[in-house]
Amino acid sequence: MNIAVTGLNATDNPGPGIPVIRSLKEQKKFSGKITGLIYDSLEPGIYMDDMVDNYYLIPYPSSGLDNLMERISYIHKKEKLDLIIPTLDSELYGFVKLQPKLEALGIRTFLPTLEQLNIRGKDKLFDFCKANNINVPKNILIQSQRDLEKIEKQFKFPVVVKGIFYEAYIAQSFEEVLPYFNKLKSKWGYPIIIQEYIKGDEYNVVALGDGNGGTTGAVAMRKLYITDKGKGWAGITIKENTLIDMAHQIIEKTKWCSGLELEFMKSKETGEFYLLEINPRLPAWVYLAPQAGQNLPAALVKLAFGKKVKPFTTYEIGKIFVRCSWDLITDIKKFETIATLGEW
Amino acid sequence: MTNYHLQENLAVSDSGFLFHASTGETFTVNETGKTIIKLLQQKKEKDEIFSQLVNEFDIEAGLLEKDYEDFINQLKNFSLIEVK
Repeated sequence: MNIAVTGLNATDNPGPGIPVIRSLKEQKKFSGKITGLIYDSLEPGIYMDDMVDNYYLIPYPSSGLDNLMERISYIHKKEKLDLIIPTLDSELYGFVKLQPKLEALGIRTFLPTLEQLNIRGKDKLFDFCKANNINVPKNILIQSQRDLEKIEKQFKFPVVVKGIFYEAYIAQSFEEVLPYFNKLKSKWGYPIIIQEYIKGDEYNVVALGDGNGGTTGAVAMRKLYITDKGKGWAGITIKENTLIDMAHQIIEKTKWCSGLELEFMKSKETGEFYLLEINPRLPAWVYLAPQAGQNLPAALVKLAFGKKVKPFTTYEIGKIFVRCSWDLITDIKKFETIATLGEW
Repeated sequence: MTNYHLQENLAVSDSGFLFHASTGETFTVNETGKTIIKLLQQKKEKDEIFSQLVNEFDIEAGLLEKDYEDFINQLKNFSLIEVK
């Protein structure tokens, strides 16, 4: 079996590729090959020992699906790929659209549908939550500069100003909204999302939906250390049935097919959990799940091959992940080869 | 008499390390604090707790009431305890 994995950018904003590969390789019976699909010849994951058997540069999503498909066809001819696990938000739409062509080549995927991807979009999540009685911060979509006047009428400050794809800022006053609004508008376009600020603590759940409404597994985690980029650098598994129940509910309602990460804020004021985001792929901290007893990446592979997986129902509480920075020393040959030939 | 109930899912190690399994929060307490928490977990009444503290530790009975209430207030502030 040859499994291709993306997201090997193990940087200070790490992709989930390496944690996915580590999870797969720690299965007792795993004897397959791992092919790394990378966007840059310096993605750290390819320089880590024993992570990937070979790797190939692939074109950025912005260069178009035809280019991506052509490159994957080339890689498939050489490596005979059985499954691709894309792990980055920005490439998911492309891979979902390419699914029929990949299947025609005999390459499996286990991905959400376009409809499922759209439901959890930042502009749609509020309506989905309201329709399903899930607590969600109040938000409005700003479609033009004129809409800005709605903010002072409908919100108390501070508010969160979010781009449609990435980035979020906390504005303490209307005056502070404007520069964030302009920055996000020029970078990501409309709509800009204005969201109620919930003061509290952040909690996350990693889960796997089987595509039929069933939850194959779910692990809840509280971040213990957050970097200045807002990334969790340490976290601990917790026992909070409310979060696990909400994960089951969301997967059931969406019939989610693939891994996902749910981001919650527990309000200091009310003690209730509010759903902030549904990230449509396994998160970079997913390696904590197998260490706590739920190997969700391995289960995803089984589901992709049409095998039945007995759902996980428990996991170890109090398991901690702590990220480390570690300088790898490597020979220039590897860098030279990938930079010139685009493959190794 | 006011009864205090510790939150469920609160684990206390022998070294005085507290782990709240629902929130992921951790705390450290000294020997006296650990003893109080373990007695609260055993649902002991305040007078039983006082009696054991006076026997085990070098504590002035006159100061105990205030120190105990201070500690309980800290547990309340961290939402580790409920008043029943």
